[in-house]
Amino acid sequence: MVITVRNPVGSVLYFILSLLAQSILYIQLSGLFVAAFLVLVYGGAILVLFLFVIMLLNIRHADLGPEAAPMIKPMAWVFGVVLLAEAVWVAMGTKARFDGVSENFGSVPEVARLLYGKFVFPFELTSILLLAAIIGAVVIAKRTLS
Amino acid sequence: MPQLDAAININIVLPEISLLIASFLLLTIVPLAKQRIISSIISLASVAVSLYFIYAMWNHQQTGYFGMVTCDNFCLFSKVIFLITCGGAVMLSRDYLVKRGMDRPEYYAMMLISTSGMMFMVSSSNLMVIFIGLEIMSLPLYVLAGFFKDDVKSTESAAKYFFMGAFASAFLLYGIALVYGGTGTTDLSKIFMSTGIALQKNELYLIIGAALILIGFAFKIAAFPFHMWVPDVYQGAPTPVTAFFSIGPKAAGIAVLLRIFIIGFGGVYESFTIIFWILAFLTMATGNIFALMQNDVKRMLAYSSIAHAGYLMLALTAGSSEAVSAALFYLLAYSFFNMGAFAIVTIVENKTGTNHIDTYKGLASRHPWLAVFLALFMFSLAGFPPTAGFIGKFYIFSAAIKANLVWLVVAAVMNSLISVYYYLRPIKAAFFEKAEGEESSAVQLTLGPLMVVAIIITSVGALGLGLFPNYFLKLAAASGLMMM
Repeated sequence: MVITVRNPVGSVLYFILSLLAQSILYIQLSGLFVAAFLVLVYGGAILVLFLFVIMLLNIRHADLGPEAAPMIKPMAWVFGVVLLAEAVWVAMGTKARFDGVSENFGSVPEVARLLYGKFVFPFELTSILLLAAIIGAVVIAKRTLS
Repeated sequence: MPQLDAAININIVLPEISLLIASFLLLTIVPLAKQRIISSIISLASVAVSLYFIYAMWNHQQTGYFGMVTCDNFCLFSKVIFLITCGGAVMLSRDYLVKRGMDRPEYYAMMLISTSGMMFMVSSSNLMVIFIGLEIMSLPLYVLAGFFKDDVKSTESAAKYFFMGAFASAFLLYGIALVYGGTGTTDLSKIFMSTGIALQKNELYLIIGAALILIGFAFKIAAFPFHMWVPDVYQGAPTPVTAFFSIGPKAAGIAVLLRIFIIGFGGVYESFTIIFWILAFLTMATGNIFALMQNDVKRMLAYSSIAHAGYLMLALTAGSSEAVSAALFYLLAYSFFNMGAFAIVTIVENKTGTNHIDTYKGLASRHPWLAVFLALFMFSLAGFPPTAGFIGKFYIFSAAIKANLVWLVVAAVMNSLISVYYYLRPIKAAFFEKAEGEESSAVQLTLGPLMVVAIIITSVGALGLGLFPNYFLKLAAASGLMMM
């Protein structure tokens, strides 16, 4: 859905929708903390930022070109129905709860233990990655001094 | 193995940290300084410090951060290659940037961060850290490719590289996710242990995951058929950055591929040898054949770097510990002579503003020393004895023959013969052709001190590794064995 619409505002809204769905998946795994974070940080902060940026860019309808090819809509229906049937079929077949998930999956202490314990190194590396991205963005966006 | 899984073991990331600290200095303090050369000096100093830490850690295998970081001779040897590349690129950059009024500390900071990303990448045996390391390596490279914002070609190069890199990352990430789905872990040695069960339960996850990871890295090392971006990107980017591109990410990609496929997917290695075989063959062939038709020296070197990726894939196909050491030795040699070749290209480009092969005409009569070095590096790229290129190729080929890849080696030798033609073209232009027009021999060549040092170091490396390879071969062999 994110990439089907021409209008980027629509894409962002669909992206939020898919994140909400993802957080519902986490709730089903009883990971309330992770689910809440997904909604707050991703859906709330980052995507609203996206929305602001897109609004600031001020894209006109004429720039976007025509809507997607006419074949897309019926195709989407076909795939959607197939996917739904598949999901229902899987849902009927499986037991109510996954076995692989531990008791306190997604609780605050557990997330913290993993983040600052086993995964501390990738976690810290991510900060370097973000720093590199920020510097890169500034270098590219900065006007040339004359 | 002492100190297994010591939780916080800051010693083993000291080489990376010294680069990162230098890059922070470059971004915070150096902009205040009047003398711009200080940024080159700080970068080189951090490279030297990093090399010292690596020297201190040699032969001390250790792990840390809950097994996320492994530090063995294999990764240390690759780190040396990255540091040489980084140092060389920094030295080449000074003159080039000053001439264009773009000598900014950000440039060096990006280069250092990118190098630290490569180092993180090889020092981990966990796919998650490898992926983050790859991204730390790539993001600054996109920016460096488009560093000359006013130059259309540079911007085009950055855009192409960015999109290709994003595709590659997507493939890689999807592959990692599938492997995780198949085995339940991202740790390479654990993947290896659970290969049997994973294959029994669901064969496809692991195999398709491994294949997608291969595709992701094939983009990075520019193997056929994922090489189409290379010539445009290499041509458009600033020349010192091209030198950095053509060695650093390639070496990192090859090293990590070796580690992933030999350790992690050792159980399914057999299913991939035929794919490696085909990839190696086609990569060599396309690189060399397209290089024949290039008139732009930078573009020719871009295709030649594809061909060299093909020779390195040969080692991947063989997959023995000898092949790993041969690949490491070759990468070390390659980093010297390729950097040297780019140094000459940079000098000529600084002076004339283009890279067309005609600008090399009569170089020998105008600047004999430059022409001699050009010849040295081109001979080394082509793999003539007594240069490093010959020894490197020799060991890769002999390792491949021991692994019964006779036909692939025959193809590789044929390819080397083809490559001689285009490597000799600049030499022929420099020594045997007269420059058209009135370009007088009075044109004085001004070289910055760093450029001179770069040429001396690379030529010493290119010759030294060829004449006295034993010491370095021993080091490479130790690294190859250590990984197994």
